[in-house]
Amino acid sequence: MALAANKVEATEALIAAYPAPEGEGKWSRDARARALETLRQSGAPVRRDEYWKFTNPARLLEPVKSATIMETDEAPVFDGVDKLLVVFVDGVLRADLSDDLTMEGVEIETLATAMSKDIHWVGDVYGVLEANGQKPVPRPFAALNTAVATEGLVIRVTGKATKPIAFRYLRSGLDADVMVHTVIKLEKGADLTLLENGSGAARFNSSLEVEIADGAAFHHVRTQGRDHARLAATHIFARLGKESRFKSFTLTVNGALTRNEAVLEFTGDDAFATISGASAGDGAYHHDDTVFVTHNALNCESRQVFKKVLRNGATGVFQGKILVYAHAQKTDGYQIAQGLMLDEDCTFLAKPELEIYADDVICSHGSTCGAVDEAAIFYLTSRGVPKAVAQDMLVLAFMDQAIEEIEDEALAEEIRTRLGDWMERHRG
Amino acid sequence: MLKIKNLKASLEDEDKQILKGIDLEIGAGEVHAIMGPNGSGKSTLSYVLSGKGGYVVDEGSATLDGADLLDMAPEERAAAGLFLAFQYPVEIPGVGNMTFLRTAVNSQRKARGEDELNAAEFLKLVRIEAKSLKIDAEMLKRPVNVGFSGGEKKRNEILQMAMLAPKMCILDETDSGLDVDAMKLVAEGVNAMRNGKRSFLIITHYQRLLDHIKPDVVHIMANGRIIKSGGPELALEVENNGYADLLNEVA
Repeated sequence: MALAANKVEATEALIAAYPAPEGEGKWSRDARARALETLRQSGAPVRRDEYWKFTNPARLLEPVKSATIMETDEAPVFDGVDKLLVVFVDGVLRADLSDDLTMEGVEIETLATAMSKDIHWVGDVYGVLEANGQKPVPRPFAALNTAVATEGLVIRVTGKATKPIAFRYLRSGLDADVMVHTVIKLEKGADLTLLENGSGAARFNSSLEVEIADGAAFHHVRTQGRDHARLAATHIFARLGKESRFKSFTLTVNGALTRNEAVLEFTGDDAFATISGASAGDGAYHHDDTVFVTHNALNCESRQVFKKVLRNGATGVFQGKILVYAHAQKTDGYQIAQGLMLDEDCTFLAKPELEIYADDVICSHGSTCGAVDEAAIFYLTSRGVPKAVAQDMLVLAFMDQAIEEIEDEALAEEIRTRLGDWMERHRG
Repeated sequence: MLKIKNLKASLEDEDKQILKGIDLEIGAGEVHAIMGPNGSGKSTLSYVLSGKGGYVVDEGSATLDGADLLDMAPEERAAAGLFLAFQYPVEIPGVGNMTFLRTAVNSQRKARGEDELNAAEFLKLVRIEAKSLKIDAEMLKRPVNVGFSGGEKKRNEILQMAMLAPKMCILDETDSGLDVDAMKLVAEGVNAMRNGKRSFLIITHYQRLLDHIKPDVVHIMANGRIIKSGGPELALEVENNGYADLLNEVA
């Protein structure tokens, strides 16, 4: 179907806004051309599009406005973790601030290096998982990212990584509009933890493609920084082989607009994936989790666990889908999205979807939104716990179901602490 | 200790007065029991005293050692020494029993200007109290009241009471849902806390609990008022004859 003329115009304007990279190798030129073609077919998103009804894409399309940088004296997230640190400033990798990109069992290259070659293994993954994830739901900002991103890493994991790789996204410019694209390929039996933290830019578009071979495991824990005015459109595309594991958790506090998309596909049997998030917003805050899990293999288990605490005009969105093909018998799919409203001014919008063609599956989904339990508040306060503390305890308990999805207890504990700090700063 | 004068209170959402003039005075170290038919306002009295939302005080006063209870937030009442053992203890998923207890104990200590207990000091105390109530480590680790049996919930209430060491304890139908052994255990927990300074108000339907916790005074409540007060024999009279005679007497 041809796009409406105004949509074509908006799409061309979007493409024109970002310079096309030059002087790259053959595989990347091909990948970028395919991505542009995808983008031209789907078009830039508009509010009428099915998956943009709850989140207005306008601010992701317009020229970026400057967003103030939050100055804090807190230690950076994951500071206490032994890690291979990779620092990006305004979306640009800074070797001078980063550790050496070497670790046993892991090959790390910059995206730019890989792009400069005519042939590279990453050509089989870069933009490929993203392209798979464009059907049936278009993800225009991911296509744009594939078409123009030059920053990011290309990582091949052949064994068990000895420590996590940690991306720290710093900001220096108030109006940086950046794209980061990272590809991770886990070979058979490999194991890697990726940590990400920071706001990254005034507008931050990230794409993470993860190919997980048989028996490999990928862990991902992310926090999206504390800047209030920043915009983010992030994407995770993962393909899971036989008996592989995928775990991803995101903590989002603050941020004017966040759209976190995750597209997971099981292609090998007996694999496990969990995608979870805890988000907390006060005031001008719009947070959107859009998740699509495809079961294309036998006996796989997927979990989607999203918790949002909202106050003072904040909006939380969840769009989550589980698609189970006819041959994907014994699928166990779980999905829960819950909003906790601390006052009557906030909004929680949820669209859970199940599309199941197999007949021997367990798929459950639930979505609730409500206020803090007054009976529990009274119980706690009647024991002498101040009301504000009692409310924090209940909010953290509510969020914990998502945080518990993190495998590493020390990382989970850090997330709890960060969230607890946020609660303390945002008492009503 | 506790002085209640002409206390009248209504439901906030309905124009319905539940307490219609309660007068009650409990001295230091005394144990009072309140009995009465369903709907007489016994639980409402406990809620109004402890500060639960949804009630409006129309008239009267309630003071604890001279301090105006009705003017305080629930946590202030607790810090002042008031404790309510709930008829239906609330389940709080995600909040560990120990975390909750320690936060409660230390919040009260802080409010009273006392030093907070560190983890080791707290653990030592809680182990002693839990042992005498036959509460095992597993129960302490679980989320507050989640998955607890009726008896476990009530024992958990008494554990909280023991840890918080209040001066005025209100027990709202603590015997309901308890088997004979559990009731004995709870009663022993309460009796162990009795001393010349600590007072109790025990709300119950049955004489049985009062066999284990001997009251000094028994009050009969009906239709939002205390209609008769007397010694422990009053509870026996109710047990044998029901409330009908007493209600007729007043009418």
